[in-house]
Amino acid sequence: MSGIPDNHSGVGLVVRGLRKSFGGQEVLKGVDFEVRPGEIFVIMGPSGSGKSVLLKHLIGLEEPDAGEILINGEPLTTPEIAAKYRMALVFQSGALLNSLTVGENVGLYLTEHRLKSPAEIEKIVVEKLDDVGLKDAVDKLPSELSGGMKKRAAIARALVIEPQLILYDEPTSELDPLSAVVIGNEILDLNRRIHVTTLVVSHDRDLAFGVADRIAVIIDGRIVTVGTPDEVRNYNAPRVREFLHADFKREK
Amino acid sequence: MFENIGEIVLLFWRTLLALPQAWRQRDKVFDQFFEIGNASLLMVCVLSFFIGAVIALQTGPVLVERSLPSAVGGVVGIAIAKELAPVMMAILIAGRIGSAMAAEIGSMRVYQEIDALRTMNINPIHYLVLPRILAIAVALPMLVVFSVLVGWFGGAMVADLNHRMEIPFRVFFADLRDIVELKDVANGVFKSFCFAIIIGVVSCHQGLVTIGGPRGIGRSVTKAVVNSIVLIVIFDYILTRFLLK
Repeated sequence: MSGIPDNHSGVGLVVRGLRKSFGGQEVLKGVDFEVRPGEIFVIMGPSGSGKSVLLKHLIGLEEPDAGEILINGEPLTTPEIAAKYRMALVFQSGALLNSLTVGENVGLYLTEHRLKSPAEIEKIVVEKLDDVGLKDAVDKLPSELSGGMKKRAAIARALVIEPQLILYDEPTSELDPLSAVVIGNEILDLNRRIHVTTLVVSHDRDLAFGVADRIAVIIDGRIVTVGTPDEVRNYNAPRVREFLHADFKREK
Repeated sequence: MFENIGEIVLLFWRTLLALPQAWRQRDKVFDQFFEIGNASLLMVCVLSFFIGAVIALQTGPVLVERSLPSAVGGVVGIAIAKELAPVMMAILIAGRIGSAMAAEIGSMRVYQEIDALRTMNINPIHYLVLPRILAIAVALPMLVVFSVLVGWFGGAMVADLNHRMEIPFRVFFADLRDIVELKDVANGVFKSFCFAIIIGVVSCHQGLVTIGGPRGIGRSVTKAVVNSIVLIVIFDYILTRFLLK
């Protein structure tokens, strides 16, 4: 089904004491957690808790004020280390280049780095799009796709890198429940098939408890708890319970 | 504008360092080049014709009244080649192409497309900035040569047809050739090359620092055009002073 080689497996990720401020406001206040090779790790938290900022640090789009990020034990401080490990981020919006077709978007990494011949790139693009059920969208522009299709195209673009660590930023936001399940199943399927280490940032409780091997809850820039879905579900801290069990109060 | 001058110079320096990537990016350079040509050629043609025509109309009768009809071709020729074509075309291109560059890159920045490039280890300067600056640096001097020729033609037509001048076409160009040297045209072309770099770097920089949503993109476009025009006028004086030596 896929052209992804079997020999690439996930990497381990360790984050220690990560701090970041913007304009005097501390967004990350010493974040610590560890993601094991090949697992699906979900970071949950309310809006504004620092999830997306954390993700940008992991992919190298932001520099921390303090703390360190280790990939397979090596600090992610130089472009050489960052380039040594294949990491991909699936953006919340998809972040497909609007001036390119879906096929060109998916093949962009290979085209720009000249890693394959045009014919091979075309073949890989079709394979990756087939993997996410978008084979027929190869010549479409991103503006012609629905929200869910854009996210699946973004996943296909990430897959081309053959990542050892794949990061998802709010993968089910703005999606209907059916599309959200499709995306959740894609995440599970990819993890099982290529053993890629997967880190998902989301506030979608259904997704988190549906796909995660372990879950961390981040509130106000700090990781409050880490554990299996059951451990986190039964965690008793008031703010965690409030976030995980928030519901409408409709009188019967 | 001036608080960003350091960042603009840095972007220019990084683009120079990226020059060895130019051949690799040749397809994008050609795409941009043809886009600039397509978008501007007709406007350049109309603008240049009427600039030449109005210069002839303003200066011609005055010179003829003072028994200097042979100076009309030279005045129109020099004014267009050394000053009006490079400056007016640069301002036109700043408005037409600089704004499009700032809007496109600004929109890519706002909608995280540039972040996406970075996560794929694709340098936005190689991918976005270099092709645009190279394309405009080639296209604007070519448009200026075209503009000079059309402007001269416009001036010659008015000089021939206007009853206060009635300088035949052939005589106008013979007078022009007596005064205008190839060096004068080259000066104008060199100035336009410098203006093209200014428009490209300022517009790409403005796009790359765009923040906010559609309003932020609009602000970037306005700043790109205004800053480019201000710098073009300032550098026009500096370059003219330097080239007059």
